[in-house]
This record gives sequence, C-alpha cells and structure tokens, in this order.
Amino acid sequence: MTLPRPCAASAASPWPARLDLLQSLSGLALALFMWLHMGFVSAILISADFAWAVARFFEGYFFLPRPQAWLVTAFVASIALLFALHALLALRRFPADWRQYRIAARHGSRLRHGDTMLWFVQVATGFAMFFLAPVHLYAMFMHPDLIGPYESADRVWTGGFWPLYLALLFAVEVHGSVGLYRLAVKWGWFEGRDARTTRRRLKLAMWGLIAFLLTLGLTTLLAEIRMGIEHAPRAGERYVPTWQRSPTAVEEAR
Amino acid sequence: MSRRLKISIFRHNPRDPRSVPRLVDYELDERPGMTLFIALNAIRDTQAPDLNFDFVCRAGVCGACAMVIDGRPGLACRTLTSTLPAAFSLYPLPVFRLVADLSVDTGSWMRELAERLQTWVHLDAEPDLDRLEARMEPALAEAVYELDRCIECGCCIAACATAQMREGFVGAVGLVKIARFRLDSADTRDDADFYELVGNDEGIFGCMSLLACNDLCPKELPLQTQLAWLRRKMAGQGVRWLRRG
Repeated sequence: MTLPRPCAASAASPWPARLDLLQSLSGLALALFMWLHMGFVSAILISADFAWAVARFFEGYFFLPRPQAWLVTAFVASIALLFALHALLALRRFPADWRQYRIAARHGSRLRHGDTMLWFVQVATGFAMFFLAPVHLYAMFMHPDLIGPYESADRVWTGGFWPLYLALLFAVEVHGSVGLYRLAVKWGWFEGRDARTTRRRLKLAMWGLIAFLLTLGLTTLLAEIRMGIEHAPRAGERYVPTWQRSPTAVEEAR
Repeated sequence: MSRRLKISIFRHNPRDPRSVPRLVDYELDERPGMTLFIALNAIRDTQAPDLNFDFVCRAGVCGACAMVIDGRPGLACRTLTSTLPAAFSLYPLPVFRLVADLSVDTGSWMRELAERLQTWVHLDAEPDLDRLEARMEPALAEAVYELDRCIECGCCIAACATAQMREGFVGAVGLVKIARFRLDSADTRDDADFYELVGNDEGIFGCMSLLACNDLCPKELPLQTQLAWLRRKMAGQGVRWLRRG
C-alpha cells in the first residue's frame, strides 16, 4: 500500500521559521550588546577619565579628525530598531486575550514549574521594557554628546533618571540572562550527551550571570548617583579629562 | 504512623444536565506503598461508587490513568501517595474532552493528531511482501524505538502552557512523533514534507520551550533534545526553502 504524500499542494510558508530565527537572533544580539553596554557604563568604577575616554571613543574622538556625535545617534537608532523588531516578534508569544491570560496564570500557579515561571518573568520584564527602554533610547538619541562622567551623573541624579535606570537594570539583566538560557535550551546549544546535566549547569550559569550583572549594575548606578549628588550644584558642566585641564584648574579641582 | 489523606476530587458528568462542576473531599487512611490507583479504588469501593476514572495496565504502560495530581500531570498508577501532601487535589487532564470526573477522551484527540500529522511510515512504492525489509543500523533502530516509547498519555499536553492557551498546537506528543519519522530511514519523506506538517505556529515554531513536557513526561522521553533538534531541522528548511507553491 502506498500512502499519499502530504505535500501535493504546498501551503506552508517559510516565514514561521524565519520569524522564529529572527526573534532568537535579535534577542541574542540585544543580550550580548547589553553585556558590552554594562562594560561601557561600569567604566566609571575605574575612573572618570576612563569613562570619558570610553564615551568619546564611540564618537571617533581617537581616530577621526573631529568627534562625530551622530555616530552614537546612528548606533542608538540601530539598537532601537533591533529592540522594536524583537519586541514585535516577542509579542506573538504574549497571551492574546483575557481567556489566555487566565489560563496562563492558573496553569503557572498550579504547575509550580521553574521554566514555565521563567517565561512569565520574560513576559513581565519584556512588558516593562516596552515603556522603560524607549525613554532611555530617546534621551541617548537626542543628546548623544551628553554621555560622560558629569553628563551621565547629572542625568541620573539632577535629571531624575535614577528610578527609571534602577527598574531598567533589573528588567534588562533578568530578561537578557533568562533569554540566553532559554535560547540555549530552545536550540539545543551546548547540549552534549547529557541534556539534563547541561540544562542544570546552564540554569546555574544564568543565576550567576544575573547576580553578577545586577551587582555590577547597582554598584555603577550608586557611583553615578554619588557623583550626581556631588556635582548637582554645577549640573550641566561638561567633564574635561584631567590631561586636558590647565594646571590651575587641576589644582582647583583638587 | 499512617496519615489521614484528604483528597479533593473534581466531579462532573457533562452528560447529566443536573451535574455541576465541583470539588468533593474524600478522606481515607494511607497505607504503606499506596498508589493513587489503590486510593481511588478504595474511594470508589467505600465512598463514591459513581466516581469515574480510567485504569488499564496499572504499570505505567497504557497511559490511561493520566490526571492532574496536586497541580501537576502524572500517571495515577505510578504515583505513590507518600510523595504527596496529606491534602491534595485531583483534576482531569485539561484540553481533552471530559468524559466524567477524572476520565477524559485522549483517544479521539490523539487519533485526530495522528491523521493531521500523518504519523505513519510513508513509502514511495508498494512494499514487496516476499522480500526482507531493508536493514536499519542498530543505533538508528534504538533511537527510533526510544521515541516510540511515547504512550500518548497526554501529560505533555496538560503540562504545556502553549497547548492550553492556543487551540490547535500539536504539543510535544505530536512533535516527537514527527521527530521519530524524520529519523526513520524507512520513511521517504524529507524535511520539506515534514515542514508542511509542523513548520508553523501550531507546530514546532509555536513551541515556547517551557519544557514542562520534558520535565513531567512519565516515560522520561528526551523531549527537550528532540524539540531542539526538530526546530533546527525545520528552521534550516524554512530558511533555504525555495519550493513555493
């Protein structure tokens, strides 16, 4: 007996596969970018001069005849587009109506299953970022030149951005780390011969990553707040690196 | 010292117009080695002769006794009451048609799934019944057999948030069957054919990798590995696919 083949008239679209891949790739790119971002912002923990150099590096200060702030604007725009693409693709997975929300909530509370709860965390942190991230991205887009030791500290404290950054820090680092774990199990990365052991280790790495990034992020934010409080009377003053200051100014600063 | 168990059981008979869905509490003394199969039979023998629930093999082979035990799907015949708190609930599996109380019709759902996903070996030509079948490497036969151990109990569907939220999602039971036939060297279908069946949001791309199916499968099938493998295969097919109809 020969049974009919299933695809006599093809109705399948390649787009579900492509959208799934795009969601994963955009999430991976954003999560890895946020690692770099954490590296950049935590430069303030080393020194104000170093933080200034990192900020100016992205304007081409060290390799172009004149610094170009639009480079940062363009980069911020590309990150914003990637963020919008990822959000749009992730929306497909959100519960769509009241019935689905009710089912999901009831199911999650009864099942008491770790990875199912992690997905709820992703939904909640992702939803929070819909509102938190655009505020920061818009500020960076419009004022790329106001990234620097004093400039950032003034924005954090005098500009009242610290509550937003505090919430964004938790949302981003948890969402990114959980997302990387979920990507690994979704596509079978690093699985090896024993998938259960690998998954346990991946989850351990995820919690470790969350703890590390939150500690580093909170320390950085506290440093910015401290600098912002100290610099509040002179808010708006631009930072000048030590080596560019006149000897008198350096003496005064001391 | 034996415990006094309080089991809250979902009771409802959809065929009885007077029946109202409700939880009814039953109490009984726990015995050493008591399974839910024993407990439910004791309740039916002494307290609720009209209680509906399914059992066939009592050994975790048939999958008939799957139900939601203290919030998590599992096989009643393989669940020791000693692993549960003194007070717990029993619900029928969601998604499937309720027959009555703890009994659901998984059979119709699984048959529809099998027809929809065409879960049988597809051949290009009439097999010659007078000749031996083509040989299969033992390792491949083992791999196919490993996935054939699925007993269609429905626990993976009940554990899956996606299957409950989105009607039509084939769940791990459907996807692992596709993985099984994709492995089988006797099946002549290729990735493009399998993509037709599960290359959509009701198939592998609807799976959110919550992995409750993997963690609660009573047969401990390697669902996490198989779902990731199938996703990679179908994603690859979706990217390179040029056969637009």
